[in-house]
Amino acid sequence: MAKTKARVKVPKSIKKGEVFQVKTLISHKMETGQRKNKKTGKKISRMIINKLVCQYNGKEVFASDWHPAISANPYMAFYVKADASGSLDFTWTDDEGKSVKKSAKITVAG
Amino acid sequence: MIHKTLETRQVGRRELMAMFGAGVVAAMGVGMTPRDAMADAKSVTDAMMKVVGDSKPATGKIKLDLPQIAENGNTVPIAVEVDSPMSDADHVKALHLWADKNPRPEVASFRFSPASGKAKVSTRVRLSKTQNIVAVAEMSDGKFYMAKSEIKVTIGGCGG
Repeated sequence: MAKTKARVKVPKSIKKGEVFQVKTLISHKMETGQRKNKKTGKKISRMIINKLVCQYNGKEVFASDWHPAISANPYMAFYVKADASGSLDFTWTDDEGKSVKKSAKITVAG
Repeated sequence: MIHKTLETRQVGRRELMAMFGAGVVAAMGVGMTPRDAMADAKSVTDAMMKVVGDSKPATGKIKLDLPQIAENGNTVPIAVEVDSPMSDADHVKALHLWADKNPRPEVASFRFSPASGKAKVSTRVRLSKTQNIVAVAEMSDGKFYMAKSEIKVTIGGCGG
C-alpha cells in the first residue's frame, strides 16, 4: 500500500494486569466499490484494508475483519491486558494482500 | 450517545424476523428485486444465521454506543462493548456487526481473547441511510448474544 501512514497510541506507563486502550489509525481511502467515475459512469473497484491484527509479544490479542462499511482513514481502538513488557505488533492487510506493519513498545511495571 | 441495555431473554428465529420488520414478507410477495438491491432485514438475518446456526441469541450483555443522529454518514463513530469477565473460562470470542440497510450489511468482525482484558471496540463506519446496527457476540461457552440499535442518518455515506 503506497503512501499509507499508520499510527498507534499506547499508554506510556502501564501496570501489570492493567487493561489499557490501544488506538490505531491508518490513512487509506477504503474505496467501497459503490462509487462511479463521474465522467465514464464506470464503477470504481473496491480497494479496502480488510484486516487488522494485533500481536502482543508474538501472540494474537486482537483481530478484525473489515468490510467497505468501515470509514476512510480507518480508526480502531481496542483493549489489551498488560502482562510482560515487550511489543504490540500491528498488521493491516488490504484486498490485494499487501500489508503495512507497525510496532509499539510496551513497558509494563510490576 | 444512547446506551441501550436490553433484558436477557431468548430470541427465536421468528422473533428475529419480526424484529427486522414484516416489510420483508411484503417485499418477497411483490417479486422482482433489483440485483444490486440494498441490504435488507432478511439479508442481515441470513448473515446472522450463518454465524449463530441453530442457537438462539439472547439479548443483553452488549452495549451499542452510537449517536442518535449521524450528521455525516461517511464517518459515524461507534463503540461496542460486551459485558464479560474475559477470563479463560468465560470470555467473548468474537463480535460481529451489521448495518441492515447498507448496500452490503457486513460492517466488521472482531476476535478477542482473555488477553484482551475487555471486549470493547471503537471505530468509525459508513452508513447509507437511517437503519439499525446489529451486533452479535459469540461467547467462549458457545452462547450468543445480540443487540440492535437504530440510528438516523441525515446525509448518507456510500455514494461518490
